[in-house]
Amino acid sequence: MSRAVRFIPLVVLLLFVGFVAWRLAVPNDEKIHSRLTGQPVPAFSLEPATGEVSALSSTDLASGQPRLLNVFASWCVPCVAEAPLLAELERQGVPIDAIAVRDRPEDVAAFLANHGNPFERIGSDPESRVQLALGSSGVPETFVVDGKGIIRYQHMGPIEASDVALIRREWERAR
Amino acid sequence: MTRWMILLALLAAPAFADSDLPPARYANEQLSDPRQEAAAKGLMEELRCLVCQGQSIADSDAELAGDMRAMVRQRIAAGERPEAVRAWLVSRYGDWVSYRPPVEPMTWPLWAAPLLLLGVGAFLLRHRFRRRR
Repeated sequence: MSRAVRFIPLVVLLLFVGFVAWRLAVPNDEKIHSRLTGQPVPAFSLEPATGEVSALSSTDLASGQPRLLNVFASWCVPCVAEAPLLAELERQGVPIDAIAVRDRPEDVAAFLANHGNPFERIGSDPESRVQLALGSSGVPETFVVDGKGIIRYQHMGPIEASDVALIRREWERAR
Repeated sequence: MTRWMILLALLAAPAFADSDLPPARYANEQLSDPRQEAAAKGLMEELRCLVCQGQSIADSDAELAGDMRAMVRQRIAAGERPEAVRAWLVSRYGDWVSYRPPVEPMTWPLWAAPLLLLGVGAFLLRHRFRRRR
Protein backbone atom coordinates (compact mmCIF):
# COMPACT_ATOMS: atom_id res chain seq x y z
CA MET A 1 0.00 0.00 0.00
CA SER A 2 1.47 3.34 -0.95
CA ARG A 3 1.86 6.07 1.63
CA ALA A 4 -0.71 8.38 0.11
CA VAL A 5 -3.41 5.71 0.13
CA ARG A 6 -2.94 5.16 3.85
CA PHE A 7 -4.08 8.70 4.56
CA ILE A 8 -7.36 8.42 2.68
CA PRO A 9 -9.43 7.42 5.76
CA LEU A 10 -7.98 10.37 7.68
CA VAL A 11 -8.82 12.75 4.83
CA VAL A 12 -12.38 11.37 4.69
CA LEU A 13 -12.70 11.83 8.46
CA LEU A 14 -11.41 15.41 8.28
CA LEU A 15 -13.80 16.22 5.44
CA PHE A 16 -16.66 14.81 7.48
CA VAL A 17 -15.70 16.74 10.62
CA GLY A 18 -15.26 19.88 8.53
CA PHE A 19 -18.71 19.47 6.99
CA VAL A 20 -20.32 18.93 10.40
CA ALA A 21 -18.52 21.97 11.86
CA TRP A 22 -19.61 24.09 8.89
CA ARG A 23 -23.26 23.04 9.20
CA LEU A 24 -23.20 23.67 12.95
CA ALA A 25 -21.85 27.18 12.36
CA VAL A 26 -24.09 27.95 9.35
CA PRO A 27 -27.37 26.08 9.86
CA ASN A 28 -29.23 25.02 6.77
CA ASP A 29 -32.08 27.30 5.75
CA GLU A 30 -35.07 25.08 6.47
CA LYS A 31 -37.70 27.37 5.02
CA ILE A 32 -39.82 25.69 2.39
CA HIS A 33 -40.91 28.41 0.02
CA SER A 34 -44.19 28.21 -1.84
CA ARG A 35 -43.87 27.04 -5.44
CA LEU A 36 -46.76 29.32 -6.35
CA THR A 37 -44.65 32.48 -6.59
CA GLY A 38 -45.24 33.71 -10.14
CA GLN A 39 -48.57 31.89 -10.35
CA PRO A 40 -52.14 33.01 -9.68
CA VAL A 41 -53.56 32.78 -6.17
CA PRO A 42 -55.58 29.53 -6.04
CA ALA A 43 -59.34 30.13 -6.07
CA PHE A 44 -60.88 30.31 -2.61
CA SER A 45 -63.74 31.98 -0.81
CA LEU A 46 -63.56 32.38 2.96
CA GLU A 47 -66.09 33.42 5.56
CA PRO A 48 -65.36 36.60 7.52
CA ALA A 49 -62.99 35.89 10.42
CA THR A 50 -64.83 38.36 12.61
CA GLY A 51 -68.10 40.22 12.22
CA GLU A 52 -66.52 43.65 11.98
CA VAL A 53 -64.28 43.02 8.94
CA SER A 54 -65.30 41.87 5.42
CA ALA A 55 -64.72 38.31 4.20
CA LEU A 56 -61.98 37.44 1.71
CA SER A 57 -62.08 35.63 -1.65
CA SER A 58 -59.32 35.10 -4.17
CA THR A 59 -61.14 37.46 -6.57
CA ASP A 60 -60.69 40.31 -4.04
CA LEU A 61 -56.94 39.95 -4.49
CA ALA A 62 -57.02 40.68 -8.24
CA SER A 63 -58.07 44.25 -7.57
CA GLY A 64 -55.97 46.02 -10.19
CA GLN A 65 -53.35 47.11 -7.71
CA PRO A 66 -50.84 45.03 -5.72
CA ARG A 67 -51.76 44.04 -2.19
CA LEU A 68 -50.30 42.16 0.71
CA LEU A 69 -51.89 38.94 1.90
CA ASN A 70 -50.95 38.25 5.50
CA VAL A 71 -51.44 34.75 6.93
CA PHE A 72 -51.77 35.09 10.70
CA ALA A 73 -53.55 33.79 13.79
CA SER A 74 -54.58 35.33 17.08
CA TRP A 75 -52.80 32.48 18.91
CA CYS A 76 -49.50 33.13 17.12
CA VAL A 77 -47.01 35.06 19.23
CA PRO A 78 -44.75 36.30 16.37
CA CYS A 79 -47.91 37.71 14.75
CA VAL A 80 -48.20 40.08 17.72
CA ALA A 81 -44.62 41.18 17.11
CA GLU A 82 -45.25 41.99 13.44
CA ALA A 83 -48.59 43.79 14.04
CA PRO A 84 -47.04 47.30 14.42
CA LEU A 85 -45.02 46.77 11.23
CA LEU A 86 -48.10 45.80 9.24
CA ALA A 87 -49.72 48.94 10.65
CA GLU A 88 -46.72 50.93 9.43
CA LEU A 89 -47.05 49.44 5.92
CA GLU A 90 -50.76 50.25 5.92
CA ARG A 91 -49.94 53.82 6.99
CA GLN A 92 -47.60 54.04 3.99
CA GLY A 93 -50.56 53.19 1.75
CA VAL A 94 -50.02 49.47 1.20
CA PRO A 95 -53.41 47.65 1.12
CA ILE A 96 -53.38 44.50 3.24
CA ASP A 97 -55.79 41.57 3.40
CA ALA A 98 -55.44 38.64 5.75
CA ILE A 99 -56.27 35.02 6.39
CA ALA A 100 -56.79 33.99 10.02
CA VAL A 101 -55.75 30.35 10.42
CA ARG A 102 -57.58 28.05 12.89
CA ASP A 103 -59.16 30.97 14.70
CA ARG A 104 -62.40 31.95 16.45
CA PRO A 105 -64.28 35.21 15.66
CA GLU A 106 -64.04 36.47 19.25
CA ASP A 107 -60.30 35.75 19.40
CA VAL A 108 -59.68 37.57 16.11
CA ALA A 109 -61.74 40.53 17.37
CA ALA A 110 -59.72 40.64 20.60
CA PHE A 111 -56.46 40.43 18.65
CA LEU A 112 -57.49 43.37 16.45
CA ALA A 113 -58.65 45.36 19.50
CA ASN A 114 -55.29 44.81 21.21
CA HIS A 115 -52.92 45.15 18.29
CA GLY A 116 -54.78 47.31 15.76
CA ASN A 117 -56.38 46.37 12.46
CA PRO A 118 -54.36 47.15 9.31
CA PHE A 119 -56.50 44.72 7.25
CA GLU A 120 -59.21 45.57 4.70
CA ARG A 121 -60.56 42.02 4.71
CA ILE A 122 -59.94 38.95 6.83
CA GLY A 123 -61.00 35.46 5.77
CA SER A 124 -61.28 32.62 8.25
CA ASP A 125 -59.41 29.39 7.43
CA PRO A 126 -60.41 27.03 10.26
CA GLU A 127 -58.81 23.88 8.78
CA SER A 128 -55.75 25.52 7.16
CA ARG A 129 -57.09 24.58 3.72
CA VAL A 130 -56.32 27.88 2.02
CA GLN A 131 -53.01 28.02 3.83
CA LEU A 132 -52.10 24.65 2.29
CA ALA A 133 -53.45 25.73 -1.11
CA LEU A 134 -51.12 28.75 -0.98
CA GLY A 135 -48.08 26.61 -0.19
CA SER A 136 -47.68 28.37 3.14
CA SER A 137 -46.08 26.35 5.91
CA GLY A 138 -46.74 28.42 9.01
CA VAL A 139 -47.86 31.65 10.59
CA PRO A 140 -47.08 34.42 10.08
CA GLU A 141 -46.39 34.67 6.37
CA THR A 142 -46.94 37.55 3.97
CA PHE A 143 -47.50 37.31 0.23
CA VAL A 144 -47.27 40.16 -2.27
CA VAL A 145 -50.07 39.69 -4.84
CA ASP A 146 -50.11 41.88 -7.94
CA GLY A 147 -53.15 43.57 -9.52
CA LYS A 148 -53.93 40.48 -11.62
CA GLY A 149 -53.94 38.21 -8.60
CA ILE A 150 -50.52 36.67 -9.25
CA ILE A 151 -48.28 35.89 -6.27
CA ARG A 152 -45.07 37.89 -6.67
CA TYR A 153 -43.27 37.39 -3.40
CA GLN A 154 -43.49 35.34 -0.21
CA HIS A 155 -42.09 36.47 3.12
CA MET A 156 -41.87 33.66 5.66
CA GLY A 157 -41.94 34.35 9.38
CA PRO A 158 -42.70 37.62 11.13
CA ILE A 159 -41.98 40.91 9.37
CA GLU A 160 -39.24 42.61 11.32
CA ALA A 161 -38.39 46.30 11.29
CA SER A 162 -35.58 45.61 8.84
CA ASP A 163 -37.99 43.84 6.43
CA VAL A 164 -40.45 46.73 5.99
CA ALA A 165 -38.42 48.44 3.25
CA LEU A 166 -37.92 45.14 1.41
CA ILE A 167 -41.62 44.31 1.48
CA ARG A 168 -42.55 47.80 0.35
CA ARG A 169 -40.07 47.47 -2.51
CA GLU A 170 -41.55 44.11 -3.55
CA TRP A 171 -45.02 45.64 -3.38
CA GLU A 172 -43.93 48.55 -5.59
CA ARG A 173 -42.26 46.17 -8.04
CA ALA A 174 -45.55 44.27 -8.38
CA ARG A 175 -47.28 47.37 -9.79
CA MET B 1 -33.50 40.50 33.78
CA THR B 2 -33.35 40.39 30.00
CA ARG B 3 -31.86 36.93 30.25
CA TRP B 4 -34.76 35.76 32.38
CA MET B 5 -37.21 37.28 29.93
CA ILE B 6 -35.58 35.45 27.03
CA LEU B 7 -35.60 32.21 29.01
CA LEU B 8 -39.27 32.71 29.85
CA ALA B 9 -40.06 33.46 26.23
CA LEU B 10 -38.30 30.28 25.13
CA LEU B 11 -40.23 28.23 27.67
CA ALA B 12 -43.55 29.90 26.92
CA ALA B 13 -43.42 29.85 23.13
CA PRO B 14 -44.41 26.17 22.61
CA ALA B 15 -47.43 26.60 24.86
CA PHE B 16 -48.70 29.37 22.58
CA ALA B 17 -47.78 27.69 19.33
CA ASP B 18 -51.13 25.94 18.98
CA SER B 19 -54.63 27.23 18.44
CA ASP B 20 -57.58 26.45 20.69
CA LEU B 21 -59.61 24.90 17.91
CA PRO B 22 -60.31 21.15 18.02
CA PRO B 23 -58.67 19.04 15.29
CA ALA B 24 -60.35 19.05 11.88
CA ARG B 25 -62.73 16.19 11.12
CA TYR B 26 -60.70 13.21 9.79
CA ALA B 27 -57.47 14.54 11.27
CA ASN B 28 -57.61 11.70 13.81
CA GLU B 29 -60.69 9.86 12.59
CA GLN B 30 -60.47 7.01 10.10
CA LEU B 31 -62.54 6.83 6.94
CA SER B 32 -65.36 4.30 7.16
CA ASP B 33 -64.29 2.57 3.92
CA PRO B 34 -61.24 0.43 4.85
CA ARG B 35 -59.81 0.53 1.32
CA GLN B 36 -59.96 4.32 1.21
CA GLU B 37 -58.50 4.52 4.71
CA ALA B 38 -55.62 2.23 3.68
CA ALA B 39 -54.93 4.42 0.62
CA ALA B 40 -55.03 7.57 2.77
CA LYS B 41 -52.78 6.04 5.45
CA GLY B 42 -50.27 4.92 2.83
CA LEU B 43 -50.09 8.44 1.44
CA MET B 44 -49.93 10.10 4.87
CA GLU B 45 -46.89 8.01 5.75
CA GLU B 46 -45.13 9.38 2.68
CA LEU B 47 -45.95 13.05 3.18
CA ARG B 48 -43.66 15.23 5.21
CA CYS B 49 -44.91 17.45 8.00
CA LEU B 50 -44.25 21.12 7.19
CA VAL B 51 -43.74 22.16 10.80
CA CYS B 52 -41.72 19.26 12.24
CA GLN B 53 -39.71 18.57 9.16
CA GLY B 54 -38.33 15.14 10.07
CA GLN B 55 -41.71 13.48 10.56
CA SER B 56 -44.43 12.21 8.29
CA ILE B 57 -47.88 13.72 8.75
CA ALA B 58 -49.06 10.29 9.93
CA ASP B 59 -46.65 10.50 12.89
CA SER B 60 -46.80 14.19 13.70
CA ASP B 61 -48.88 15.82 16.42
CA ALA B 62 -48.57 19.29 14.87
CA GLU B 63 -51.86 21.01 14.08
CA LEU B 64 -50.88 21.66 10.49
CA ALA B 65 -50.11 17.94 10.11
CA GLY B 66 -53.59 17.20 11.48
CA ASP B 67 -55.10 19.55 8.91
CA MET B 68 -53.04 17.86 6.18
CA ARG B 69 -54.30 14.43 7.29
CA ALA B 70 -57.86 15.75 7.23
CA MET B 71 -57.29 17.11 3.73
CA VAL B 72 -55.81 13.82 2.49
CA ARG B 73 -58.71 11.78 3.92
CA GLN B 74 -61.37 14.19 2.65
CA ARG B 75 -59.92 14.18 -0.86
CA ILE B 76 -59.55 10.43 -0.99
CA ALA B 77 -63.10 10.00 0.36
CA ALA B 78 -64.22 12.30 -2.47
CA GLY B 79 -62.69 9.84 -4.94
CA GLU B 80 -59.36 11.49 -5.67
CA ARG B 81 -56.41 9.18 -6.30
CA PRO B 82 -53.54 9.33 -3.76
CA GLU B 83 -51.08 10.27 -6.51
CA ALA B 84 -53.26 13.27 -7.46
CA VAL B 85 -53.26 14.48 -3.85
CA ARG B 86 -49.49 14.05 -3.69
CA ALA B 87 -49.07 15.98 -6.95
CA TRP B 88 -51.28 18.78 -5.60
CA LEU B 89 -49.01 19.16 -2.57
CA VAL B 90 -45.81 18.83 -4.63
CA SER B 91 -47.02 21.66 -6.89
CA ARG B 92 -47.15 23.85 -3.77
CA TYR B 93 -44.24 22.71 -1.64
CA GLY B 94 -41.96 20.99 -4.14
CA ASP B 95 -40.66 17.40 -4.03
CA TRP B 96 -39.55 18.14 -0.51
CA VAL B 97 -43.05 17.44 0.84
CA SER B 98 -43.01 13.84 -0.43
CA TYR B 99 -40.87 11.09 1.06
CA ARG B 100 -40.84 9.32 -2.31
CA PRO B 101 -38.36 11.24 -4.44
CA PRO B 102 -38.90 11.10 -8.21
CA VAL B 103 -36.14 9.77 -10.51
CA GLU B 104 -34.65 12.83 -12.17
CA PRO B 105 -31.13 14.21 -12.81
CA MET B 106 -31.00 15.74 -9.31
CA THR B 107 -31.87 12.48 -7.56
CA TRP B 108 -30.19 9.81 -9.67
CA PRO B 109 -27.27 9.42 -7.20
CA LEU B 110 -29.84 8.49 -4.57
CA TRP B 111 -31.10 5.62 -6.69
CA ALA B 112 -27.71 4.62 -8.10
CA ALA B 113 -25.82 4.72 -4.77
CA PRO B 114 -27.01 1.30 -3.48
CA LEU B 115 -25.96 -0.40 -6.73
CA LEU B 116 -22.63 1.44 -6.76
CA LEU B 117 -21.96 0.53 -3.14
CA LEU B 118 -22.78 -3.12 -3.85
CA GLY B 119 -20.31 -2.98 -6.71
CA VAL B 120 -17.63 -1.45 -4.48
CA GLY B 121 -18.29 -4.12 -1.84
CA ALA B 122 -17.91 -6.91 -4.39
CA PHE B 123 -14.68 -5.31 -5.65
CA LEU B 124 -13.24 -5.13 -2.11
CA LEU B 125 -14.20 -8.74 -1.39
CA ARG B 126 -12.84 -10.24 -4.60
CA HIS B 127 -9.43 -11.11 -3.04
CA ARG B 128 -11.05 -12.76 -0.08
CA PHE B 129 -13.02 -15.14 -2.28
CA ARG B 130 -9.91 -15.91 -4.29
CA ARG B 131 -7.84 -16.74 -1.19
CA ARG B 132 -10.45 -19.19 0.06
CA ARG B 133 -10.07 -21.35 -3.00
